[in-house]
Amino acid sequence: MSRLSRWDVKYSPYLYIAPFFVLFGLVGLFPLLYTAYVSMFDWDLLGGDPVFVGADNYLALFSDNQFWTTLTNTLSIFVLSSGPQIVIAVLLAALLNSRLRAPTAWRVGVLLPYVASLVALGIIFANLFGPNYGLANNLLELVGLDRVDWQADRFASHVAIAVMVNWRWTGYNALIVLAAMQAIPKEIHEAATVDGAGPVRRFVSVTLPLLRPTLVFVVITSTIGGLQIFTEPKLFDAMPGSNNGGSSNQFQTITLYMYQSAFEGGHLGYASAIAWVLFLVVIAIATVNFLITRRLAAGSGVR
Amino acid sequence: MRQRPTLLAAIAVLGATVACGGPADGRIELTIGTFTEFGYEQLLTEYEAAHPGIKIVHNRTGQGGPYHQALFTKLGAGSGLADVQAVEEGYLADVLARPALFHNLEQIGPATADRWLDWKYQAAKAKDGSLIGYGTDIGPLAMCYRKDLFAAAGLPSEPEAVKPLFASWQSFFAAGDQFVAKSGGKAWFDSAAQIFNAMHNQLDTGYFDRQDRLTVEQNPAIRQNWDQVTAAVARGQSAKLVAFSNEWNSGFKSGAFATKTCPAWMLGVIKEQAGAGNAGKWAVTDAFPGGGGNWGGSFLTVPKQSRHPKEAAELAAWLTAPEQQVKAFLKAGTFPSQVKALTAPELLGGTDAYFGGVRSGELFATQARKVGKAQYKGPGDGKIQENASTPALQTVEQGASAREGWQRFVDSAKKLAK
Repeated sequence: MSRLSRWDVKYSPYLYIAPFFVLFGLVGLFPLLYTAYVSMFDWDLLGGDPVFVGADNYLALFSDNQFWTTLTNTLSIFVLSSGPQIVIAVLLAALLNSRLRAPTAWRVGVLLPYVASLVALGIIFANLFGPNYGLANNLLELVGLDRVDWQADRFASHVAIAVMVNWRWTGYNALIVLAAMQAIPKEIHEAATVDGAGPVRRFVSVTLPLLRPTLVFVVITSTIGGLQIFTEPKLFDAMPGSNNGGSSNQFQTITLYMYQSAFEGGHLGYASAIAWVLFLVVIAIATVNFLITRRLAAGSGVR
Repeated sequence: MRQRPTLLAAIAVLGATVACGGPADGRIELTIGTFTEFGYEQLLTEYEAAHPGIKIVHNRTGQGGPYHQALFTKLGAGSGLADVQAVEEGYLADVLARPALFHNLEQIGPATADRWLDWKYQAAKAKDGSLIGYGTDIGPLAMCYRKDLFAAAGLPSEPEAVKPLFASWQSFFAAGDQFVAKSGGKAWFDSAAQIFNAMHNQLDTGYFDRQDRLTVEQNPAIRQNWDQVTAAVARGQSAKLVAFSNEWNSGFKSGAFATKTCPAWMLGVIKEQAGAGNAGKWAVTDAFPGGGGNWGGSFLTVPKQSRHPKEAAELAAWLTAPEQQVKAFLKAGTFPSQVKALTAPELLGGTDAYFGGVRSGELFATQARKVGKAQYKGPGDGKIQENASTPALQTVEQGASAREGWQRFVDSAKKLAK
């Protein structure tokens, strides 16, 4: 065997898989590490040479009230969106899984909000939740409730933004869950029926446990997405183009604050520190969610 | 949610640089970057015809916000800017703070002495005395008001007769009280920030002094303006509608407020938002509380990145000459800032049927001459208005006390100035 073909056998496989790793290194790993590097400098967009400051950006961040406000906002919006979203998505999937006329039409139907432009949705929802002339308040008044200032009230603004997020993502998640449901063998359901289990019992004891891997996936992806909500709060602000997230940052998310620090304030180092803290928060919460989902779904029924 | 694609796209747009390879035919290629509508298309063709050695590429961005963000990102990156770059008044302070990145137009450009209204010319001067931008258009302030609402509340309603109400801020707020009382609680102005900004721009010193120290806490005039405006909010004079928001637009249609601080370009906004159904209800008068003022307008700059600075400056100087700006005004409604342009018959003859056939060109030319001297704007001045005073006033309109609001304003201003 010639030396050339020995090399071929030994190194060619690496060459074949190289594109992924090169791309990942270029657009995944490098930005990640470079952000960490930038976060240790006082790095101004137009301010000349960056100065090394070590952990100062992180220390400043932890004593920055606005950071804690935005972190709380992010978690609040995340809980208000991801929680209901996954519950509704599973129920919706169960509905879609039953015998419907024109199943494809329904499935495409639930995906429509996802196809629509995010910016258009943002503008429409900001209109619906307008404090003075919005439809939401008119409806509230119609049923005899008080008007809500969706812009000024912190919790109300989070609810409004969460509605926007849920509107867009529930259908998408429902389809993923639906695919998993259809992969569950019919025999198991038949066996359960023979054992005397009704539809609810079958859903709880058969379907849910078998959905576990998919639910873990859905929970993790919506955690990652939910903690990085950006466009919705940006467009929700009454002041066009503003990154403030409301008059007192009442619905500014952490990504929005990061964006404001970097591109409005020009503080690239500080923004990079925010980015890294957000990265760690996402990993931490995703891990916790992973563990919880695994336990919950494993807790009942079939093993 | 799942923001990545959008963010990446935004970064890709920011990072996209202007391709600049000279054309093969030996002509010099000049690029010019503008936003919204400057009315320059026709003029650029005209310039190319008169200068066979020059080819012009016009990069137009739809909105001012993204345009300026890209401008500063490219300034930071050190490449990618056009040879001639437009800068809006609100972002000018950040440009003037970095004179090293721009050419001094008085050094490289043709002679343009006494071309502009003095305050417009002075506004484009950096601290080291270099001229960073040629003035294009301006937004001289007048007062727009709802004739029908004024009459219904027993106030005078003809443009000449309402002038005393707009003589000073005091008379303005006093008339507001009268209006609120007699109209059954209708609002007098659209939002506190709109009034506060106009008042603030009339002060001798802005948010920064000439040494770029923050003056918010030290300058009693700022606090006085704050107190006056927030007191008026407490007396029900504000419609609490954030400027340019959807609800503000709806406010024009439903007649939610009776007056609007009105730069020349606002007439177009009112027409569009109030709609044909409200034609003849709005009027404009050549008076403005506290003298005069300006809101908006732009400048043409030549960044140091330009490879043909001399030719770029010549083009910018030509575009901002009175003859050309009058043409741009007729095309796009950008009100000219050049002394000679303000006496052009095409401008003075202009009337506006929507506002009762008012001679709008003449009216705003008069208002332009009333503007006092240019207030010094330190770096970050625009950000303080946008991210400190405006949101803080909004919190007051949303129920915070005037004192809480002031504290928020001071705190955010300090944070921004850091």
